[in-house]
Amino acid sequence: MWDHLSVMTIKQLFSSYPYAADFFSSLPNLEQSEESSVGAYFAAIEEDTLQDLGIGQQEFLEQFLSFMLQMEKLKEDKVKIESITIIGGKDKQGKAEDVELTIHAGEIVCIVGPTGSGKSRLLADIEWVAQQDTPTNRKILINGQLPDMRCRFSVEHKLVAQLSQNMNFIMDLSVEEFVSMHAESRMLENIEEVTSHIIAKANELAGEQFNPDTPVTSLSGGQSRALMIADTAYLSSSPIVLIDEIENAGIDRQNALRLLIDKQKIVLMATHDPILALMGDKRIVIKNGGINKVILTSEKERENLILLTALDRKMLAIREVLRGGGHIDEIPMALE
Amino acid sequence: MQLITVAGPPSAGKTSVILKIIEALQEDTLKVGVVKFDCLSTQDQILYQKKGIEAKIGLSGNLCPDHFFVSNVQDCLAWAQKNEFDMLISESAGLCNRCSPHIRNVMAVCVIDNLSGVNTPRKVGPMLKLADVVIITKGDIVSQAEREVFAFRVKQANPGAVIVHVNGITGQGAREVGQLFKGAQSVDSLTDYHLRFSMPAATCSYCLGQTRIGQNFQMGNVRKMDLS
Repeated sequence: MWDHLSVMTIKQLFSSYPYAADFFSSLPNLEQSEESSVGAYFAAIEEDTLQDLGIGQQEFLEQFLSFMLQMEKLKEDKVKIESITIIGGKDKQGKAEDVELTIHAGEIVCIVGPTGSGKSRLLADIEWVAQQDTPTNRKILINGQLPDMRCRFSVEHKLVAQLSQNMNFIMDLSVEEFVSMHAESRMLENIEEVTSHIIAKANELAGEQFNPDTPVTSLSGGQSRALMIADTAYLSSSPIVLIDEIENAGIDRQNALRLLIDKQKIVLMATHDPILALMGDKRIVIKNGGINKVILTSEKERENLILLTALDRKMLAIREVLRGGGHIDEIPMALE
Repeated sequence: MQLITVAGPPSAGKTSVILKIIEALQEDTLKVGVVKFDCLSTQDQILYQKKGIEAKIGLSGNLCPDHFFVSNVQDCLAWAQKNEFDMLISESAGLCNRCSPHIRNVMAVCVIDNLSGVNTPRKVGPMLKLADVVIITKGDIVSQAEREVFAFRVKQANPGAVIVHVNGITGQGAREVGQLFKGAQSVDSLTDYHLRFSMPAATCSYCLGQTRIGQNFQMGNVRKMDLS
């Protein structure tokens, strides 16, 4: 690889491998060296500069090659994940979980159970692709098979994306800059297109509109959640999305979930909100550290979901009256 | 004796993460000791003792904390051997980002947090670049996008490292890192071992207690900024 790269000029390197610029961003004399070869550039870096960077000449070269190799790998296509299978282990008392549950791409499965019952452990087992080597003794299969265990520690093959109520944007960037930075890290080529698409999608989900140049830190809770979901749907490399509740304010939750499953994500959601729970195809009941049972959402429950959604809309309408400075003197009772 | 050096910027969550990892290792009945290196003062000994973990504190005072670390680490290892630990974890704060406590053939870990911002991985020196394992913390409070970009930047800074996320509050990920720690090489003595990279140096008049400012008082290893 070095033979091939070292004879290129810095300029050629950057045009063939745009991400290489990241490696050089903190190095000196870059502009003057555009026409010199990569090999000559490395040879000309002074010992003092390397000392300041905290690295030796040999290690520096190795790091450059390793960087290029890893970045190329990120572009490779990954094994598509069609399903995950949870094979039961045992609960806190050592009682066997009688469960073998397969969840397919585009499915929503909810997880219910009191605080401390073991919901987080189940999610951690999935993230770690447990092979009877966690306290629950569970086993996780990917596409019905034993997965490549390297995925446990791999940044680019990370199985699980997480969304929770506590999450915030902390970066001092506009929405547009923020999304395009994420897209760049995914090595995408049509960054502008993806970015504007995600912002449009997030605006569809958010109750109140925001602009591409709005700073991410000044988005409302609902707008933030909408942007996080749209961004995860389009840009996250992880096929599984874990959601810890979605608050019922300023975001169209049903469409948000639909977006994720349209993108063929496997959605696992810890929730006690009846509307979200009934949107799931199944729900896992956790008790005492173990999977107590798996409930399939029944026909009757689906009918009730329609009823609950109407109720929800009514609540939202009342909220809007409140927001607009109105009075809540009358509450329409009939549920159509 | 297995030795692991854990370093990271201040407030990245080193102590919380180590506590969670040791809790997981204790379940496997491993006896783990800690040496915490700090500068002026620390209360962390209490945190370790509460969990029944034997911990020693080293305060560097007005010495460079890294130089203090390397002058003491062999003695710490001997202390751990005397106490028949299975594993010793050293914890030190990387205060100047150029800090470099990692030792060749000793498992080196860097703890860095999502809140420090996506440009931080580029700014941290050998502490991050030469680590075997990079633990990213505080992922529970930033967005998925920021976590992904941050991990990507860490990978750019240290392409060979194993990168893991640990939540210092819930302990999510700590058990898994514990498994990595169990694979660390054994060390009997550090004598003749080498640091992975030289430590930052400054031997100037200010190292020797000079407090006055001005050209006449700057002696020894002095470097000037280019302000042209």
